[in-house]
Amino acid sequence: MKRRQFLQMAGMGMGAGLLAQIPLVGHAVSLDRPWYTIDVARKKELADVALNAARSKGATYTDVRIGRYLNQFIITREDKVENIANTESYGIGIRVIANGSWGFAATDKMDRDSIARTAALAVSIAKENARLLTEPVQLAPQKGYGEVSWKTPIEINAFDVPVKEKAELLLSVNDAALKGGASYVGSNLFLVNEQKYFASSEGSYIDQDIHRIWPYFDVTKVDAATGKFEVRESLGAPRGMGYEYLVPRESDKIKGITTLYRDRYDILEDARQSARQVEEKLKAKSVEPGKYDLVLDPTNLWLTIHESVGHPTELDRVMGYEANFAGTSFLTLDKWKSGNFNFGSPIVNLVADKLQPGSLGAVGYDDEGVATQQWDLIKNGKLVNYQTTRDQAHIIGLDHSQGCSYSQSWSDVQFQRMPNVSLQPGTAKLSPADIIKNVERGIFIAGRGSFSIDQQRYNFQFGGQLFYEIRNGQITGMLKDVAYQSNTQEFWNSCKAIADKSDYRLGGSFFDGKGQPMQSSAVSHGASTARFNGVNVINTARKI
Amino acid sequence: MPIVTQNEAQALLKKVLAFSKADECEVILFGQDSANLRYARNAVSTSGGNSNSTLVVASAFGKKLGIATINEYDEVSLEKVVRRSEELARLAPENPEHMPALGPQQYQPSPATYNADTAAIDPRFRADEVAKSLRITKENKLVAAGYLENTTGFSSMMNNKGLFAYNNYTDVNFSVTLRTEDGTGSGYASKGFNDVNGLNISAATSVAAKKALASKGAKAIEPGKYTVILEPLAGLVLLENIINSMDARSADEGRSFLSAPGGKTKLGEKLMDDRVTIYSDPWSKELPSSHYARDGRPQEKTTWVDKGVIKNIHYSRYWAQKKNVHAIPEPDRFIMEGGNTSLEDMIQSTEKGILVTRLWYIRPVDPQTLLFTGLTRDGTFYIENGEIKFPVKNFRFNESPVIMLNNLETLGKPERTVSVESGINALIPPMKIRDFTFTSLSDAI
Repeated sequence: MKRRQFLQMAGMGMGAGLLAQIPLVGHAVSLDRPWYTIDVARKKELADVALNAARSKGATYTDVRIGRYLNQFIITREDKVENIANTESYGIGIRVIANGSWGFAATDKMDRDSIARTAALAVSIAKENARLLTEPVQLAPQKGYGEVSWKTPIEINAFDVPVKEKAELLLSVNDAALKGGASYVGSNLFLVNEQKYFASSEGSYIDQDIHRIWPYFDVTKVDAATGKFEVRESLGAPRGMGYEYLVPRESDKIKGITTLYRDRYDILEDARQSARQVEEKLKAKSVEPGKYDLVLDPTNLWLTIHESVGHPTELDRVMGYEANFAGTSFLTLDKWKSGNFNFGSPIVNLVADKLQPGSLGAVGYDDEGVATQQWDLIKNGKLVNYQTTRDQAHIIGLDHSQGCSYSQSWSDVQFQRMPNVSLQPGTAKLSPADIIKNVERGIFIAGRGSFSIDQQRYNFQFGGQLFYEIRNGQITGMLKDVAYQSNTQEFWNSCKAIADKSDYRLGGSFFDGKGQPMQSSAVSHGASTARFNGVNVINTARKI
Repeated sequence: MPIVTQNEAQALLKKVLAFSKADECEVILFGQDSANLRYARNAVSTSGGNSNSTLVVASAFGKKLGIATINEYDEVSLEKVVRRSEELARLAPENPEHMPALGPQQYQPSPATYNADTAAIDPRFRADEVAKSLRITKENKLVAAGYLENTTGFSSMMNNKGLFAYNNYTDVNFSVTLRTEDGTGSGYASKGFNDVNGLNISAATSVAAKKALASKGAKAIEPGKYTVILEPLAGLVLLENIINSMDARSADEGRSFLSAPGGKTKLGEKLMDDRVTIYSDPWSKELPSSHYARDGRPQEKTTWVDKGVIKNIHYSRYWAQKKNVHAIPEPDRFIMEGGNTSLEDMIQSTEKGILVTRLWYIRPVDPQTLLFTGLTRDGTFYIENGEIKFPVKNFRFNESPVIMLNNLETLGKPERTVSVESGINALIPPMKIRDFTFTSLSDAI
């Protein structure tokens, strides 16, 4: 799903006019139309047309992605369903190497002639660009897998759940928040099904069926007398799961000052507690700036991991391919080559993983047909690896790609994107309560807030949804106007405790932007609650 | 589907409407041909293009609306998409906020958003232009990462109440980051136009090269409040957040920087310096944009901030009706009036200050005060006694554009600028601002 598409959907009322800005919504799909896929034999036939056409025009390598992308958006506010939209996009993207250079072209005209013309266009673009090459593209070896398939292991296909049922759930969420005293509430459900077929001139024909779900709400409380307002967003995460994610289980709840959720999300309960908490936020004490020991819940820490670990370990950034937009990375090759670069404290272990069940980034094969895998990025606090695609692997001496290629759509060229990157839980038995009881002056932070990091991923600033002051091992009350600033290396070196695996949870983003033209990808980050000592906290309150 | 003319769009949309059995039917057709060349490490990296179009059909029975889309245009497909939207409308819950379709609208003539030379850009042109940029890069012993993209597109809408609108456009955007080979200096330039003849890739690359070379060896200075000179690139990414946050409903509901205690708004209040005037004008020669809004309303030349006073805010049709006011849609692009001071004069008149080329990773911190955070990037310089003395390490800022526009010292001549955050084009002057709040240092280059 494209971020712009989401934003337009989320922002539009019932007037169809706003749809005019949505690119590539493609074919229509009825709201309750039975879920279906395109026959795999038909996809193979069309892929072979592209492969043959590209080869006949001079391509030395070709890959073909036939995609059918199905999205559903249900958008509500207070007691109204603002929008229900199903979109489908179906087409083919053809990537070639000719004269040593990449070329790419895409079309939504799925007849043989159009596909052959598109393949020829990709080859001609590659040849035109070859004169700007300094060295030919070098691909890591990859065997053809033949005809294989993979599917997200879902229990309930969310597209099969009647729209009425899903809309009613969201209206119940809104009702719960309003009855709890909220002034306004909006809730959304976003469903994604990527049906992706990959074929290459090396003999792979890979059929994948990928599902993602994101339930979300935000609750606002306005104090009309003072003109102040506060917002609390949902604490549930987007997941690579089916509708079972929204069927709550008590065993997936972590009870504490606020209830948090593992692999099932009780969105109604979260809405009820958000109404109480947003009221509490209005009355909360404004933070006194200074150094604090931070106890970061995974609902907050995932985004810090994403920005300060996930992005700087992308090899394309390290090499300068993102220098014009997303930036480069402070984790330069010399630091990796030293084998001894101190990224964090010895308890910090961060793993890249495209296999993790329930995660947003889990697939069987990436978008250049490489089987997915798991590997270490930071081991005992040291930088040990990066993230690569086939044309990058040789840079760090690998004889294989790590399977990090992704494109948001059949119509966009695939490139290096982040796998799930997760902080490994502590090995000794340790609960969040155990961590808090040893903190003298600190803040417990839950939920994703404002986030910003520099173009080489040193200096960052993060907010949150809920801030609780810790004094002498006890949570004493709620704070507001909190943001923490640090330097990536200093921050991870200040990590002094990580709760054990019983606290491990996934957070994640549906819309991680990168590249020109910018593309979105969805990625999860797991963590257990962790403690960071002596982090700088600023007060964000202002007057205009 | 190729880019279609106004007459072709009109004929197709009429055909679609003829299939409708709904109380109201609105049909939108849009499409674009877009292609790009991306380069890095002084060589092409990725490049491609795609062509796509979409037909959107919205059918309404009373206050129940269904939307369906398709990208096939034979008669069977056209009837199918209309039937499907009607089926969805019957399934959808009634929305009390649904607005009836607009009748015929009086649009002013189309702005000059389309340019034939831009529409004719081909792969060879892109490669030739990028070659020019690379030549300057190599002459200066720098490392380039850049992006050139051209787009030709159209949009059209019609409904069974008599509305018809059409607009076509072209855009070409170029940006480049040049870094020194040792990675200790970086410079940036970005330009966008409807007419490719306004684009001078060599000149833009030379500006980036100059900044990259001058930014080597940046020194650290203490964060704090500084006088800053924000080049248009830097100012735009803050100013666009003012325009985006001027929604009437949010203000009325008490959850906007324009909300006031007691359920009131700050419409009509003076919130910024007298010299701040921000408006939108689709017929601007330098910054043309569509003459109709996404929902079919005519766009007007509109002043949003007049001499520091909040003059207008944008309304959805529903909220305008509820509040019984004239409804102004959100603009596509905006212009901030400037002055005649050159950037050089601004620097010469600065006793102590910071010159900022580009701001990056701008994110909201507090919607109540419109506080944003982000960082400087790709060319930040210390000014003392009217001269650029040395490059400085990048800063993180925490600042509200509203507060910033109260601390205005000098305005320069507006330039057409591309936002590195949203991609929109705007006409923005360079600005000299006092007491701009930098909260920490960054080692990033």
